[in-house]
Amino acid sequence: MAASDTIGGTPRQRATDYLLRRHRFRMAEALPWLIAIAVFFIFPTRMTFGSQVLVMVMFALSLDLILGYAGIVTLGHAAFFGVGAYTVGLAAARLDWTEPISGLFAAAIAAGLVGFVTGWFLLRYRGLTLLMLTLATAILLQETGNLRSDISGGYDGLPGLTFKPLLGVFDYDLYGHTNYLYALTVLAIIFFFVRRIVYSPFGQALTGIRENVRRMHAIGSPVHRRLVTVYTIAAAIAGVAGALFTQTNAYVTLTVFDFDNSAKVMVMLILGGTGRLYGAFVGAAVYMVLEDYFSKLSPTFWQFGIGLMLVLAVLFAPRGILGLFERIGDCLAERKRS
Amino acid sequence: MPQVANIAVSILFDGLAYAMFLFITSVGLSVTMGLMGFVNLAHGAFAMAGGYVVVTLTRTYGVGFVPSLVIAAVVVGAVSVVFERVLYRRLYKSTDLEQVLLTIGLAFMAIATATYLYGPIPKSVPLPEWLQGDVNLGFRYFPSYRAFLIVLGAVLIAVLWYAFERTNIGAKIRAAVDNRRMAESVGINVDRLFTLTFAVGSGLAALGGGLAIQLLGLSPSFAVLYLVLFLIVVAVGGLGSLKGTLLAALVLGIFDTGGKYLLADAGGFFVYAVTVVVLLIKPAGFYGRE
Repeated sequence: MAASDTIGGTPRQRATDYLLRRHRFRMAEALPWLIAIAVFFIFPTRMTFGSQVLVMVMFALSLDLILGYAGIVTLGHAAFFGVGAYTVGLAAARLDWTEPISGLFAAAIAAGLVGFVTGWFLLRYRGLTLLMLTLATAILLQETGNLRSDISGGYDGLPGLTFKPLLGVFDYDLYGHTNYLYALTVLAIIFFFVRRIVYSPFGQALTGIRENVRRMHAIGSPVHRRLVTVYTIAAAIAGVAGALFTQTNAYVTLTVFDFDNSAKVMVMLILGGTGRLYGAFVGAAVYMVLEDYFSKLSPTFWQFGIGLMLVLAVLFAPRGILGLFERIGDCLAERKRS
Repeated sequence: MPQVANIAVSILFDGLAYAMFLFITSVGLSVTMGLMGFVNLAHGAFAMAGGYVVVTLTRTYGVGFVPSLVIAAVVVGAVSVVFERVLYRRLYKSTDLEQVLLTIGLAFMAIATATYLYGPIPKSVPLPEWLQGDVNLGFRYFPSYRAFLIVLGAVLIAVLWYAFERTNIGAKIRAAVDNRRMAESVGINVDRLFTLTFAVGSGLAALGGGLAIQLLGLSPSFAVLYLVLFLIVVAVGGLGSLKGTLLAALVLGIFDTGGKYLLADAGGFFVYAVTVVVLLIKPAGFYGRE
């Protein structure tokens, strides 16, 4: 910030400089990707689990866009994950459409459409009303699926789906190596897309809405339109995550719409840290690894653990694990200086 | 009696009993949310705790069903004060999100504790003789337990209405819901008022939890499963409104029961559809202030 004040130039130019400087890549940003690639070589037998983690990272990233940046608190984000998952699942099971990449696009469009329509109506509301309406949306979709269980397979779901080889070349292996690289590639594309949005003027406007809606209204920002736009984008990304979930698991059940699923992704994001892009990575990875380990020991104990983690996070680390590290870093820097 | 009328009466009767359960359990949540704007997702956990206290008292210690209900309400109400003083009060000024996270964390911990202590299988309670079987109301028989729920609900509504509308404390609560800062500035201790209503609300939730054992079954997932329903009743009724909560409980209770009678497959569809429609038209609920 200090530098931009001394450079001078028109306000517009200064704003552009500021955005460009924030947008520049930092060395540390390569770290999560290097880890993801290293994991591929270190744990070749755990690739199915690895794909799950990547899917959840993507899901958490989509939530970060609306919760972390635009400040929309929702309890029904699983709705879009579910729509994406079922778009691919139904297409494969009922229409025999098993080409995976076009499936992702179809899922993004379907989920984005649902996001646009529900967002258009719901984003006028705030607080408890919004929480209840988003929650009700997810449950209504689930109940609709249950009502037509002849199509959706109900709570038994659609098991044993098969998909065509990726790009017609790479077939799926038993250990899920292809799936892992596939998920990682899609995640990378989506991540750079989200990163661009966040550091664009549009992203700045979203942060403004989160921090002070009234002021944004006052300076003439089209608040509702911006919110609906970002909600639609986040829904589409959640849809892609859902589609990948179906493709890598080769099955899908109506539990993807569960309140638990919405709550889980929120916990991951909060754990990692909201509004900081990489929070989704840290949160989803830490959560999934802990869950994998502890829920094998005792599911009850694990559930108690998540609860405790949430309570402690709210009381002592409201900005998540990354925020905690940042604070420790700040403290150390402070001490060095004095 | 013709078949259609018979079904209609059944729906009304069962719906009314269900509505009373919803009202008893949700009313505390509505008032505390209206007072402090606190999103308490652990309310269902207090209800569940009440249910398990009743189970323990009746099964292990052989206490009667009705005394157990009273004891559960008092115990849970008292324990809730500890939570309110130690945890909740730190977050009154925080964002919705932080309140949601803290209380959902508490709910998860409560579910895990209940699973550890009581196992995941639904529990039942031994009912006294007079609550089993049917009762003859002149023109047909009704299940006594549901009749008991309706009578109890009516009594509680009368008591709460009197406390809310005719006592000094009730007037203070209404004043604080209307305008908290104004109420504070004329010398009402809203903080203490909140602790009191929180305790009473949690106690009523525990009572509701005890009543739910026979009506819906009690398993650890109760805390989250029915929480959604309580929140919906509160949102549809309007925060902090006794009248609104009652109306919402009646509408949702009867719609849900009717839906399940007439279209068993549609399950919970009706409740959520009604909720969405009501909230789209009246975002603050029936009697909430915009």
